[in-house]
Amino acid sequence: MPLSKRMELGRTDRLVVLGLLALMLGVPVLNLALPETALLHVDTFTVTLLGKYFCYAMLAIAVDLVWGYCGILSLGHGAFFALGGYAMGMYLMRQIGDRGVYGNPLLPDFMVFLNWDALPWYWWGFSSFPFAMAMVVVVPALLALVFGFFAFRARVNGVYLSIITQALTYALLLAFFRNEMGFGGNNGLTDFKELLGFDLQSDATRMALFVTTVACLIGAYVGCRAIVRSRFGRVVVAIRDAEDRARFLGYRVEHYKLFIFVVSAIIASVSGALYVPQVGIINPGEFAPLGSIEVVIWVAIGGRGTLFGAIVGAVLVSFAKSWFTGLFPEAWLFVLGSLFVLGTLFLPRGVVGILERPSS
Amino acid sequence: MESDDAMGVGSPIVRSRRRRVYALVLAIFFAAIPSWSVRAEDAGLEAALAGLASRDFREKGAAVAAIAESEDPSVSRILEALLDARLFVRAADARIVGAEGEGDDVAYFDAATGLAIDAADAAGLKKIIVNNRMRTDLRTTLARLRLASPDAEVREIAAKSMMADRSPRTLELLREAFSKERDAGVRETLRVALALSELESDDPELQLGAVGELAGSLHGEVRNALAALIERSQGDPAEQGEAVRAVRAAAEAAIASIDRKRSGLALVETLFFGLSLGFVLVLAAIGLAITFGVMGVINMAHGELMMLGAYTTWGVQQLMPDAIDASIFVAIPCAFLVSGAVGVVIERGVVQFLYGRPLETLLATFGISLILQQAVRTLFSPLNRAVETPGWMSGQWVVNDALSLTYNRLFIVAFSIAVFAALVGLLHATGLGLQIRAVAQNRDMARAMGVRGSRIDAVTFGLGSGVAGLAGVALSQLTNVGPNLGQAHIVDSFMVVVFGGVGNLWGTLVAGLGLGIANKFLEPFAGAVLAKIVVLVFIILFIQRRPRGLFPQKGRSAGVT
Repeated sequence: MPLSKRMELGRTDRLVVLGLLALMLGVPVLNLALPETALLHVDTFTVTLLGKYFCYAMLAIAVDLVWGYCGILSLGHGAFFALGGYAMGMYLMRQIGDRGVYGNPLLPDFMVFLNWDALPWYWWGFSSFPFAMAMVVVVPALLALVFGFFAFRARVNGVYLSIITQALTYALLLAFFRNEMGFGGNNGLTDFKELLGFDLQSDATRMALFVTTVACLIGAYVGCRAIVRSRFGRVVVAIRDAEDRARFLGYRVEHYKLFIFVVSAIIASVSGALYVPQVGIINPGEFAPLGSIEVVIWVAIGGRGTLFGAIVGAVLVSFAKSWFTGLFPEAWLFVLGSLFVLGTLFLPRGVVGILERPSS
Repeated sequence: MESDDAMGVGSPIVRSRRRRVYALVLAIFFAAIPSWSVRAEDAGLEAALAGLASRDFREKGAAVAAIAESEDPSVSRILEALLDARLFVRAADARIVGAEGEGDDVAYFDAATGLAIDAADAAGLKKIIVNNRMRTDLRTTLARLRLASPDAEVREIAAKSMMADRSPRTLELLREAFSKERDAGVRETLRVALALSELESDDPELQLGAVGELAGSLHGEVRNALAALIERSQGDPAEQGEAVRAVRAAAEAAIASIDRKRSGLALVETLFFGLSLGFVLVLAAIGLAITFGVMGVINMAHGELMMLGAYTTWGVQQLMPDAIDASIFVAIPCAFLVSGAVGVVIERGVVQFLYGRPLETLLATFGISLILQQAVRTLFSPLNRAVETPGWMSGQWVVNDALSLTYNRLFIVAFSIAVFAALVGLLHATGLGLQIRAVAQNRDMARAMGVRGSRIDAVTFGLGSGVAGLAGVALSQLTNVGPNLGQAHIVDSFMVVVFGGVGNLWGTLVAGLGLGIANKFLEPFAGAVLAKIVVLVFIILFIQRRPRGLFPQKGRSAGVT
C-alpha cells in the first residue's frame, strides 16, 4: 500500500481531526481575544480543564492501541503517564532555580529538606529542555521495551499480563513514595514557575500548552490510525483475534506486540509530560493502580478498538467526574462503579458502538 | 586453669558448695531475728517512725533500720514514700504522714496506722529529707523486703530490678535470697542477678565463676555487663595477672555464645513473622484462588469482600459489646455468610453473563468493588472502625528473654491452617467438591454428566467470597478496618495466586508462605517498602520465566484460561 493511501483518513477520522483543529484554534481565540464579560468568552480555568481532558484522551488512545487493537490489557499505563510527568516535572523543578523556599540555587527544596548536599546523578541534565523531552520519550520507551521484551517472549498473556502490569505500576508507586528515591517522596514535585522562560500562570502560556496538547492529541490519533490501517496494523489485529494462528502463519508475534507496546508507552508518557505543567503537580498518586484501571474504563465506555472512542470515553467520563464530584461528592464512585458494570454488560462496543451500529 | 588456686575454688561446683555453707550461716542468723522483733512490734513501728523526725541523718538511718525490722505490713509502703520524698512530718503533732498519687489526686495516710487522712488535716507538712547514703540504704532495704515477699511475682520483679542496679553491696542480699528461694523461675532470675553482682567484684576468681554462670543467659543486662567487664579489663596484657586475662577471655567467649544464641533466636522470630504474614497472604488469596483458579474469573471485588468480613466482625462486636471474647466465634460464620451472599449476588447479577471474557469480568468486578467501597463509606463513615481484640488474643507467649510470639498472630496462623484444610477437604472429599472440580476442568463435559453448571458456578463464587469474608475477620485483628482495607490487599492477593499457579490451592499456600517469609527476611536489609518492591519485581521476573506460576496446571484444562 503506498504511503499516501495509508495516510488517508476515513470520514469519521476527518471529522475528529477537524473538530480538534477547530478547538485547538478556536478556544485560545475565545479566551484571549474576547473580553471577560463576553458571552462566548472561555475562561482560563475551563481551558486548563479541557487541556487536562485532552491529556487523558491521549492516554486513552495509548491504552486503546494496546488493548483495542492488540488485545494486551495493560493495567499499568498510568506508570508511563507518570514517568513522562516526572521527567517534565524534573525539568520544571530545575527551572525554579534559587526561587525555592530555601533559595538554594543547586538543589530543589525537598533535597535541601532532606539535607542532601549534591544533585543525584539521575537529575543531571534536566536543566536542559531538549534533554528532558528526550527523557520523556526514552525512559518509558526503555521500560516498556524491557518489560515487554521479557513478557511477550515468555508468552505471558491475558489476565496474567494484566496483573503483572498492575504489579509494575504498584511497585513504582511504592518506590516513588520513598523520600530516598530523590523524587520528592509523598509530595512529589510542585511549585513550578516557568516553562522555557514563560510564566506558567499567564493566560498566554496556558493557551500555548492547550494548543500543544491538542496538536499532540491529533498527532497521536493520526499516527495510531496510520499504524492500525497499515499492513502491520492488520497483523496486530490478527494477533488480537487469534494469537496462535498468527504465530503459525509465521509472524513473529512478540515483535509486533513489543512495537505496539513501546509506541503506546511513548504516547502515554508524552500525555503525562503535557499534563504536569497544566495541573502544576506530579506526585506518586499518578502511579496508583486505580488510575490505570480508570483509563481502561474510559476506553471501554467510549468503545475499544476505534481510537476516537477512546477520546470520547476519556472526555465524557472525566467531565462526568468533574461534574459529579462537584455536585454529589458521595455519589461519584457509585456512578463510576455502575459505569464499569453496565458498560461491560450492555455496551460491549461502547458509546461509539451505539452511534455507528451499521459499520463493521 | 594455669594458676593453682583457680583450679578448685573457682570451679562452679566448689563455689556453689561454699555458697551453700555461707547461706546456711546467714539463714541461722536471720532465723534468730524474728524472736526479738516480735517483742518490739507495734510499739516498734511507732517508736521507729519518731526517729525520722530527727534532723540528724544518722538517727534517721537508725530509724529506717528499725522500721524495716518492725515487720509491719506497711513497711515497704512507708519506705517507698520516704525514698520518693513523699513522707512528711506534721508540724502540729509530729506524726509522720505519707502522700500518694500525683497532682490533684494526692491522698494522705498516717504512716503508723496506715489509715487515710483528710487533705484538710494534712496541713503544715514538712518533708523528710534523705541524703544519698540513706537512699542507697533504703534501696537495699526495700529490695531485701521485696525479695522476702511471699508473692513470687514481687520477688521476680525485685530480682529483675536488681539486675539493673548491680553493685557489690547487693551481693550479700542476693546470696541470701538465692539460698532461700524455692520458686524455680525466681531462682533462675536470682541466679543471673547474683552472677551479675559477682561480676562487679574485684576478685577474678569470683568473676570467672560468674562469667561461667552467665554464658548461656539471654537476659538483656547480661551482655551489657560482660561487655562492660571487658571494657574495664582493657590495658596492657603484660601488666595484668593471669587471672584477669582468663576472666576477659571467658567473658569474650560468653559474649560470643550469647550472640550466637541470640542470632539463632532472631532467625526463629523472623521466620515466625514471615510465616504469620505468609498465612495472612494465604488467607487473603485462597478465596481468590478458588474464583480465579477454579473458575477462571477475575474477581477484582475480592478485596472488598474481605472488607465486608472485617465490617461484619465490627458489627457483631457492636451487637454484643459485653462478650467481646466470644464475639469472634460469632463473627466467623457471620462474615462467611455475609460475604458469601454478596458473592452469590455478584455472580448471579453480573459475572454469569461474562464467562469466557476474563478481561470484561475484571472490569465489571472492579466496578463492583468501587460501589461496595462507596456503600461502606456512605453507610458507616469514611473513618476507620475500631475492632476490639478479644482478651485471650492480646498479649504474647514469652518463650524466653529474647523471643516472644504474639497471640493474635498465632491465632491467625492456626485460623489460616484451619480454613485451608477445610477448603482442601471440601474440594477433594465431598460430592460438591467433585462437581466444582468437574466444572472447572471441563464445563461442557460436566454438564453432559448431569452437573448443573450454573448452580455450581454460583456456589463456587459464593464459597470463594465467603472465604474472603473469613480473611476479613482475621485482618480486622491486624489492621485498621476502613473502606480501603480491600484495596490494600488485592494486589498482594493476585500476586500470590499468580505466583503459586492458577487452579492450585497448594500452590497458593506455598506461594503465600514463601512471599511472606521472603518479605520479612528482606526487611532488615532493605526496609519494609523496598522489600515489597523487591518481591514485586521478583514476581514480575518470575512470571516471565514460568508464565503459569510455580505449579502450573497440566493437561487439557491448562489452555482454558
